Amino acid sequence: MNKIKHIWMKITGFSLFFPLLCLAVVLVINLIRTPDFFRISMNNGVLYGYVIDILNRSSELIILATGMTLVVAASGGTDISVGAVSAVAGAVCIYSLIGGASSDVYRIPYVLALVLGILAGTACGVFNGFLVAKLHIQPMVATLILFTAGRGIAQVLTQGFILYVRKESFKYLGNFLPGIPVPTPIFIAALVVILTILLLKRTSLGLYIQSVGVNRIASRLVGLNSSLIIFLVYVFSGFCAGIAGMIITSRVYSIDANNAGLNIELDAILAVAIGGNSLGGGKFTLIGSVIGAITIQALTTSLYAMKVTADQLPVYKAIVVVIIVAIQSPVVKRWMKAVRHKNALSGNRKKVKA
Amino acid sequence: MMSDKKILLTMRHITKTFPGVRALSDVDFTLRYGEIHALMGENGAGKSTLIKVLTGVEEMDNGEIYMDGIDHTIINRSPQEAQAIGISTVYQEINLCPNLSVAENIFIGREPKKFGRIDWKTMNRKAGDLLSNLNIHIDVSKPLSNYSVAIQQMVAIARAVDISSKVLILDEPTSSLDEQEVEKLFAVMQKLKESGIGIIFVTHFLDQVYKISDRITVLRNGCLVGEYETDKLPSVELVELMIGKEIDDLAKLRKEENDDNNGKKEIIVEARELGHTGTINPFNLKIHKGEVIGLSGLLGSGRSELARAVYGADKPDQGELYFKGKKLQVKTPLDAMKAGMAYLPENRKEEGIIEDLSVRENIIIALQARQGIFKMIRRKEQEEFADRIIDLLQIKTSGKDIPIKQLSGGNQQKVILGRWLLTNPDFLILDEPTRGIDVGTKTEIQKLVLKLAEEGKTVLFISSEIDEMLRVCNKIAVLRDRRMVSELKGDDLSQSNIMKAIAGGETGDE
Ligand SMILES: Nc1ncnc2c1ncn2[C@@H]1O[C@H](COP(=O)(O)OP(=O)(O)OP(=O)(O)O)[C@@H](O)[C@H]1O
Ligand SMILES: [Mg+2]
Repeated sequence: MNKIKHIWMKITGFSLFFPLLCLAVVLVINLIRTPDFFRISMNNGVLYGYVIDILNRSSELIILATGMTLVVAASGGTDISVGAVSAVAGAVCIYSLIGGASSDVYRIPYVLALVLGILAGTACGVFNGFLVAKLHIQPMVATLILFTAGRGIAQVLTQGFILYVRKESFKYLGNFLPGIPVPTPIFIAALVVILTILLLKRTSLGLYIQSVGVNRIASRLVGLNSSLIIFLVYVFSGFCAGIAGMIITSRVYSIDANNAGLNIELDAILAVAIGGNSLGGGKFTLIGSVIGAITIQALTTSLYAMKVTADQLPVYKAIVVVIIVAIQSPVVKRWMKAVRHKNALSGNRKKVKA
Repeated sequence: MMSDKKILLTMRHITKTFPGVRALSDVDFTLRYGEIHALMGENGAGKSTLIKVLTGVEEMDNGEIYMDGIDHTIINRSPQEAQAIGISTVYQEINLCPNLSVAENIFIGREPKKFGRIDWKTMNRKAGDLLSNLNIHIDVSKPLSNYSVAIQQMVAIARAVDISSKVLILDEPTSSLDEQEVEKLFAVMQKLKESGIGIIFVTHFLDQVYKISDRITVLRNGCLVGEYETDKLPSVELVELMIGKEIDDLAKLRKEENDDNNGKKEIIVEARELGHTGTINPFNLKIHKGEVIGLSGLLGSGRSELARAVYGADKPDQGELYFKGKKLQVKTPLDAMKAGMAYLPENRKEEGIIEDLSVRENIIIALQARQGIFKMIRRKEQEEFADRIIDLLQIKTSGKDIPIKQLSGGNQQKVILGRWLLTNPDFLILDEPTRGIDVGTKTEIQKLVLKLAEEGKTVLFISSEIDEMLRVCNKIAVLRDRRMVSELKGDDLSQSNIMKAIAGGETGDE
């Protein structure tokens, strides 16, 4: 009995337990409703299936959640500009590539356009980082500026038009590379996550970020440059938004400044929360956020599969998210503790009687 | 006989386990009406845990709690519930809201109302009165964070005293108080005691225990050692009961008298008119290699602020600092650290520990910060460093990888001290380094400070305990009203001289 309790405590104490449980629940429900949910087939040399689709579609979210995780960990705040910033990055990329009208002729080399796009995202990150780390503006307020202004900036470049790139090779990044059956975004997301983990584990950056997130004052006194670290995580978040912007534009080989990456910042924040990370900052798990991102996408995809229309989608999603977040909340945890306490006590009484 | 006083609170067979540690096993505790009951034990003995179990911060695994007037066992699930049945507590780690005003902190949850709205005037007046009972005269409408740890401690006490109706619990309330404040606190405790309130008092200061308590309960390693009447238990025996063996005679500790050859010794730190507007007026200070210099003064005299200015925790805006003969421009603490300084702040919770990080990470963080992002200390080396510090300072922990917040207060203090020892600094600024550390280890740490000095390190030592300062310091600088007023050394170093200088009387020196 005690042993079982011990094992149970160990499993539930494992930091990824909850995120994995959420994902499992979403998948199981899917499996019940759609028996061929896990089927993967080969069509025209590429892989098809719900699972592939979910992984593919969650790529941008995973990349954004990676940046968001570090922002949350170090500053205890969120970067709500990432959706708009990815639109800016997309607009910069496409505008520099083809100019102000849809076209099939490149003005500059493709790779250079990608670099410019990602740089534009990073520059937005620098702006956010400056506001938060140097001017000590609340993260939510600071990133609200680009959240609202970002799409305007993108509009200036596109002059209100949806710009199309009519070239097959432009689609590779957001779809498939010739001869490769797995969608390209999955590779990019994996690469971003792996490189970030290496960066965090092989240098002391991970430790610094957590330290600053837990106690900024104490960190400063032990010699950490707290504001530099906070600045850097916002820059990194902008960089991630830049990369996500490249995928988003390539998927639809166009930039629509109004709709590219719309509302995705909320999903990115949610992914971090569902991943078991405290939004108050400090200790974090990047893998948790990745699982969170996949869970959200799985939810979206399965709701579509259940014939929920796009305009109803947010309602259903909100319900599920409320449940997931509520279960992890301190109030519910305390309540569960109280129930355990009660059980323990009745156990004691029995012992006393015996 | 005192034991004929009526019993107010009984705790029986209290057991509490944390993963990997049995913090309390089968502990009994009895509190009577109108008594001051000292709860004693080494760091990590389980004192705070017993209190937390009683007040509902932690849930116990086993045991019963009875209170006079309640005919069933009581279980508090939160401090609020405990408060409702008349138990009020000042926890070891002050848990007030730094952003709220002092008055709000005292009255939070029970603000005086007028026409359904908070009556600020009455609240501020009452708060002011409560604090002046404790001899604290401050602006109660300012945020709590404006004030030092000691004042914050007094605010927490004022709040608890005001609430207390049956039981008042004070977990190391005096750890950063000066003698004057302790006096005042004791007067208040005495008054409450006379009105029949039972007081549980935790401290590591033996003299305070003998001065105020009627009865002592000793814990060791989570087990009950026994309950004793204070006047029948000599202090030597008490210490033995606490640590389970005899300890070195405190008086044996003696520093090297090296005042004479200071003239020849290298000057390590020299402050010339160094100051920080608003916290410390410009001061001059020369510290020689191998010296332990103490800073003394009343609360708010600027002793901690002087230390902060030297380390660059508050970047000085006046004067110059020379370190090892060279002018040092400290823009951030990192600069001071790289030059070879270490700074142990007085406020353990807010400025010292990084609570969610592990003991190992807390130990290596300063060293790692100095080495920079790319030169990461290998995991194996980190473990070795952590082991070394845990061993050196006898830190009681169930592992290197548990969060530091799970350690007892005194053990947390040892970790953050160890963090600085690991950086092997030339100059250590130690602000209340033995705060909350038990009698046995305290001597060890004082010895360690002297040993460091012998090895040629230099120490700036701040303590609210004059005794401790006399034991380790070669020289003591006294501050008053944010100004350095005198320096005592050699034969002038005595309790009475220091007291005189602190209070503003004439001294022989300067
Ligand atoms: N939340 C926790 N999780 C795990 N272990 C804990 C926790 N709180 C306390 N402990 C452990 O329980 C033991 C008793 O700790 P406690 O804080 O009661 O000691 P204490 O007697 O108050 O010591 P000190 O004089 O240092 O304040 C210690 O070994 C400590 O590490
Ligand atoms: Mg304690």
